[in-house]
Order: sequence, then structure tokens, then C-alpha cells
Amino acid sequence: MAELVARIALARSTEFALDVELQCPHGITCIMGPSGSGKSTILAVLAGLQTPDRGRVALGTHVWLDRAQGIDVPVHRRRLSYVFQGLALFPHMNAMHNVEYGMHDMPRADRAGKALALLERVGVAHLAKRRPRTFSGGEAQRVALARALARSPELVLLDEPFSALDRELRAQLVSLVRELSKELTVPIVHVTHSIAEARQLADQIVRLDKGRVVARGKPDEVLAGVTSLEE
Amino acid sequence: MSKEGSRFDALLAERGEIARFAITLTIVAGVVGYVQHNGGVTWAPLSLSLRVAGVSTLLTLVVGVALAVLLQWRKMPARDLFDALTSVPLVLPPTVLGYYLIVSLGPESTVGRAWEAVFGSPLIFTFKAAVIAASIGSLPLVVRSVRVGLESVEPNLISAARTLGAGPLRVFVTVVLPLAAPGLVAGAMLGFARSLGDYGATMMFAGARIDGTPTGSIAVMDFLYGNHEAEAREMGLVMTVVGVGMLYLANRLTRRTLPNRG
Repeated sequence: MAELVARIALARSTEFALDVELQCPHGITCIMGPSGSGKSTILAVLAGLQTPDRGRVALGTHVWLDRAQGIDVPVHRRRLSYVFQGLALFPHMNAMHNVEYGMHDMPRADRAGKALALLERVGVAHLAKRRPRTFSGGEAQRVALARALARSPELVLLDEPFSALDRELRAQLVSLVRELSKELTVPIVHVTHSIAEARQLADQIVRLDKGRVVARGKPDEVLAGVTSLEE
Repeated sequence: MSKEGSRFDALLAERGEIARFAITLTIVAGVVGYVQHNGGVTWAPLSLSLRVAGVSTLLTLVVGVALAVLLQWRKMPARDLFDALTSVPLVLPPTVLGYYLIVSLGPESTVGRAWEAVFGSPLIFTFKAAVIAASIGSLPLVVRSVRVGLESVEPNLISAARTLGAGPLRVFVTVVLPLAAPGLVAGAMLGFARSLGDYGATMMFAGARIDGTPTGSIAVMDFLYGNHEAEAREMGLVMTVVGVGMLYLANRLTRRTLPNRG
């Protein structure tokens, strides 16, 4: 089981620079912090969508980024899945084709069966032939999760995927992600604002403030006495 | 959130656009039919113009998409200058465009001589010359529409495709182009309408006749100066209705691309 190790330094347009070190073993690492503390930027750097000024990102023995060595593996060659805050489901494709999109390196004949199995796994097989604009918020989240699993990822990045959902739907999806994390056995990096969500989900919490890590550890240790992240 | 999925959902959602397209085509066909019923126009010039505009539209669409993609690239050197050069046919007099075409592609130019050496006859005063003349005038309109289409594609969708393992070409073909399609279609319609009416550059680079036939816009001039006012009016009417119809549909499509940005 490959561990994610990342060191990221990046000057930003905000008043503070980002300078963090992460170690994410198999399981769910929740990155928490106030708005603008650099949480989503970390995910973008891990995915390769943004290049830091200095840094190194390695998953086990695979080095994806090393600024000092001039290594920067393109996004599409990093075997990861990314669930964006707005989900970014392709509006011109039905759920099935959205999920199949990440299976480009699989034999064509196997794709439909696996896509349907994934949609079934997250409880939305009935949406297979429908397009995203007809989905409810919770349905869209489930399809996005199925799509994220389609690549057999070595790293899963979740950028506040449940922020727009009501409490009941959020609870259902939190438990689904929890189940999936046990099946996947890869590092899952989950950015969230919600202390309750982090308590339910996280194996490890990394708390950020002004671009720096201010606390890390098990949820009970990091979140003891914390009621708000906006300080 | 919606009724049980129907595969006709997308089609039903577009029924307003389909109706407008059908009405526009009906009006165009009606005017053409009316003109034909009342003595009719000489179809050869109109047919030539439609063929020139059709080929020109295909050409400008391919070149226009390539230029629009290049202009989207933020790190492109001298991007603003290149952008201005792409748009310059919009503001230059058609005769100046014609002059530049003669200078750069005419029989005395390097390209013109190379063309003649390869194909055995000069480029100037041919159907291909008419296509090039019409394309130069319509290219800026096509590039602008395609850019609106490309800019309407939500950046997160491109990022999502990349994280799902798609390389740049696959992202472009499977995500960017389909989502920018209304802008491309609008660009094609604008380009077609502009090509259909080209006069000055065509006259200078392709001549007043191509295999003995003038284009529609040149024919209007011929009819008018040959005291065939009714024919000039009818040809003008048909070209006006086709042009207005194309512009109307292009405007609708361009407006539709904007809300895509989420």
C-alpha cells in the first residue's frame, strides 16, 4: 500500500504563501482549515493541475513531482481520481458514459459492464442512461463517486464534495465514502469545512491555517474542543 | 428532480430552437419559392455563391478552430498582435484585402508561382480563388464565434477529463469540442452568410466571372447596370433573406453558449 508524501511551497496571490508537508497513508486524511487557507490548492498540486514553486509529490516509489529534479508527471499520467467541488460531471454524456470516460485503458468490451457495476455499487444504476442535468444533488454526488472509482486509482482526492447537500444526504454519502475507503486501500485526501464530517470520516486530520499545518493527528486529538474553523 | 429519464429529454429541451430553425428555413424557402414563382432569378449565380460559401465555410471552420485554440493559449508570444491581425479583415476595405491576396497569392508571388508549377494553372480567377477571397473576409467572424464557444466550456470539466486520464487531444475532441459546438455552429453560419455576400475581394482575386458565371453579389451589380432591375431586386431579396436567417440563428446559438459557464 503506497503512502502519499508531499512537500509543497507556493507563493500565492493571497497575503500568505502555502508551505506544507503531508504524509497520507491508506485511509482518509481530512484537510481542514478556514476559507482561503490553501486546502484546494494542495489538491490541485497533488493532481498536477497546479505547479508549486518548490516541492515534491511521491506516491510510494512513484515520484509525480520533484521541482529540484525537474520531474513533473502530466495530470493524465498520474493514476488518481479527483471529485471536484462542483463535481464536474460532463453535461453532454449520460451517467454511464461519464463513468466509462476514465476507463480508456480498459478493453472496450469490459467498460460498460464495469461502469454499470460501479453505478450499482453507489446505488444509482437507474441513472445510467440519463444526463447530469436531470440528477438531484445526491444522485450527482454518487455518479461522481462512481466515476472517481472507474480508474482504479492509486490516490483519491475529494474537494468538499458534500458541501451543497442537506444533512441527511451528507450522512448517507459520508457512510458510503467510509465503506469505499475500506474497499479501495489507497490514500484518500478529503478537503472539508465540516467538523462533524471530519469526525465521522477521518483516519487522520491535517489542520491548516494561513498556508501552514497547525495540527495533525487523529480526529479526537486534533478536534478536541474545536467548534469552528473560522478564527 | 426530473421525470423518469426519457431519451428524448434532450430533444424536448431543444424544441424551441428546433422550431425557430424550422421557421427560419420555411421563411427562406418561401421567399425563394415566391421569387421563383414570379419569374424567378437566374439560379447559376446563386448556385455558384452557395457553393463558394459552402466550401469557404468548411475551410474557415477548420482554420478558425485552430486559430481560436491558439489565441486561447495565454502564454502565446505576441498574442494581442496576433489577435488583432486575425481580426483585421473586419476593418480593412474589401479592395485592400483583394490587393493583398493578389500580392501574396497572385501569379507574380512566390506562392502563386509555386501553385502554377504544381497544378499547371494559376490560382487567380478560379473557383478556388473565390473560396479564398470569401474565406479571408469571413475568417474573423468564425474565429470570434468559436472563441466564445471555447470560453464557455467550464475549466473544471477540462480538469476533470485530465484527471480521468485523458491527454490533451482526447480532452479537446471529447469534451471541449462538443461543449463548444453551439459557438462552432454559430461561427459556421456567420461565416456562410458573410461568404455568400462577398464582393470586393472576390471581384479582385477571382474576377467578375468564374467559368462565365458571376457570383450572386456580382450578378446583382450586373443586373442593375444592365437595366434588369427586377432581377437585381429578386436576387438581392433572396440573398438578404438567407443572410438574415443565418444571422438570426447564429445570434440564438451564440447567446446559448454563454450560460454554460458555471
